[in-house]
Amino acid sequence: MSEIVKRAAAGTLESSDVYVELEPSDAGIEIELDSVVAQQFGDDIRRVVGGVLAEQGVERAKLRVVDRGALDCVIRARVETAIVRAKGE
Amino acid sequence: MSTKLVKTLREAIELSGLKSGMSVSFHHHLRNGDYTLNMVMEEIANLGIRELTLNASSIFDVHAPALEEHIKNGVVRKINTNYMSAGLGRRISEGLMDEPVDFRTHGGRPRDIALGNTPIDVAFIAAPTADPMGNCTGKFGPSACGSLGYAFPDAMYAKQVIVITDNLAPYPLLGWSIPEIYVNYVVEVPAIGNPKGIVSGTTKITRDPVGLVMAQSAVEVIRHSGLLKDGFSFQTGAGGASLAAAKFLMDVMVKEKIQGSFASGGITGYLVDMLNAGCFRSLMDVQCFDLKAVESIRTNPAHQEISAMHYASPAAASAVVDNLDVVILGATEVDTDFNVNVHTDSNGYIMGGSGGHSDTAAGAKLSMIIAPLFRARLPIVTDHVSCISTPGRDIDVLVTQRGIAVNPKNAELKQRLKDAGLNVVDIHELKEIAERITGKPAKLARGGRRVANVIYRDGTQIDEILSVK
Repeated sequence: MSEIVKRAAAGTLESSDVYVELEPSDAGIEIELDSVVAQQFGDDIRRVVGGVLAEQGVERAKLRVVDRGALDCVIRARVETAIVRAKGE
Repeated sequence: MSTKLVKTLREAIELSGLKSGMSVSFHHHLRNGDYTLNMVMEEIANLGIRELTLNASSIFDVHAPALEEHIKNGVVRKINTNYMSAGLGRRISEGLMDEPVDFRTHGGRPRDIALGNTPIDVAFIAAPTADPMGNCTGKFGPSACGSLGYAFPDAMYAKQVIVITDNLAPYPLLGWSIPEIYVNYVVEVPAIGNPKGIVSGTTKITRDPVGLVMAQSAVEVIRHSGLLKDGFSFQTGAGGASLAAAKFLMDVMVKEKIQGSFASGGITGYLVDMLNAGCFRSLMDVQCFDLKAVESIRTNPAHQEISAMHYASPAAASAVVDNLDVVILGATEVDTDFNVNVHTDSNGYIMGGSGGHSDTAAGAKLSMIIAPLFRARLPIVTDHVSCISTPGRDIDVLVTQRGIAVNPKNAELKQRLKDAGLNVVDIHELKEIAERITGKPAKLARGGRRVANVIYRDGTQIDEILSVK
C-alpha cells in the first residue's frame, strides 16, 4: 500500500492537460472532478483516475482533478506523478 | 448651411422618433473595441423605451454585460444577429430571453433587410469619420476600422439613420463610404471605440504544429484542385490555421507566378501581404480584421470596400461570393454528412454564428473546412452536428492532420487529390481514428427550450438551438 503523506500536485491548466492535486485523507478515496468534457467523458475520467490509484496501491487520498480535455494517457501520467510526489520519497 | 448635427445622442434618438416596440440596428466593424452599441442602448434605456428588436450584424463580449441587463429589464425583447460570441451566447443558451434569437448569415441579413422581412426603424452607424451632413467613412480618424461594409443595408433601408462619430470633418467629406442621402442625424461623441479591440485574438497565424500540418495539407488540396491558376479567387477565415494556409498559399503563388483576381471577406494583414506580393489584383473588403488591413484600404486603390449585399446577399443580382474559387473555413463540429456547426461549442452553448460561413460555402467552387481531428479530447467529426450552420451539400472537403475527407458528391475532386498522392480518407474513418484516441463521447443532455433559430441565407430555417441544462 502507498501512503499519501503530503499534499502534492502535477499537471497544468493548459488546454488538453489536467491538473491533479492529491492530499492525505482518512476516509478512503475522494475525487473532486472539474472537467470541460464532464458530460462526454466524466465517467471515463473517474475510472482512469481510480484505476491508477488502485495500481499504485493508494487506498486513502483526497484528489482534486481539474481537467482541460486531457487524453487518458495524459491523465494517467499526471496522476502517477502526483502520487510519487505525495508519497514524499 | 443647414446641418444634421445634433448636440447629444439622446436628442438624436428623440428626433428619430424611436418608440417602444421598434427595431434598432448596429454594425460590428469596431468588433470587441466597440463603444457605440452600449452607449446607444444605455441612452435608449434611460429614455424609458422598451421591447425593442435589436438587429446587430454581430455581438461581441464587450456588449454582453450591458445587453444582459437590457434583456432582463425588458429594453430588448428580440435579437437578430449573424454572430454572437460566448459572453452573451452562454447566457442566451441558459434561457435568458423569452424569444429565440434569430441567427442569419452575412448575406442573409442584408437580404432580409432589403426584402422588408426584418425592417429597421432606426439604424446607428459608428463612423470613424463623418461630416455634419452624414457622409462618412471608416478609413480615417482615431477609431479607423477600414471597411463599413455591413452598415450599408442599415443605412439604405432603415427608416431613420443616425451617424455617430468621434472625428467630425468639414463638409463635404470626400471618399465617403456611406453618403449623406441616407443619413438623418449626426452626433459627435468623445470616442466610438477602441481601435485596439478591432484586432481579435483569432487573427494571428498559428504556431501549433498540428495547425501548420493542416495548413500545408490545405494548400496541397488547393494546388491539386485545378483551380489555382491565373484569375484565382480566394477567401479565408481569420482562424490561426486558415491564416497559416494563406501564408503557405502565398509562397506557392509567388513561386509559380500565379496572379489571382481577388481575395474577399474579412481582410487580414496576411491577405494584404498577398495583394502587395502580386498574388491578387484586388481585395474585396467587407470588414477589416486588423490595423494593417485598415492602412491598406486607406492607401491602396486595389483594396476595395464592398457592402454586405455586394459581398454575399442572395437577393443581389450578383455577389462576390458567387465568384469565389476557394474558401477556407473553420468548424466546431462536422458530421459524416459534411454538415458544419459554427454556432455552438462542444457543450451546446452558443459561441459564434455563421457570419459569412454559409454564404461563401454556397458560392465557392471549392469549400474547405480545416479542423483538427479533436480539440481538447472532443472529436470534430460526429454522427450528427448539434447545430447545422452550413449544410453538407455546400462543403467539398474536410482537412485534418490525419487525412483529407472529400464529400462523395465531388467525385472528380476526390480522384484529383488521390492522383496527386494526397492522404484521402473516408470521413467515417476520420471519426474512428479520433475516437480510438479520445474514447467515444457520451451524448449531451439538452434542455427543452428553443433559444435560437438558425436561418439559412435564403430565409429558410435550417436548424434551431436548444437551451443547455
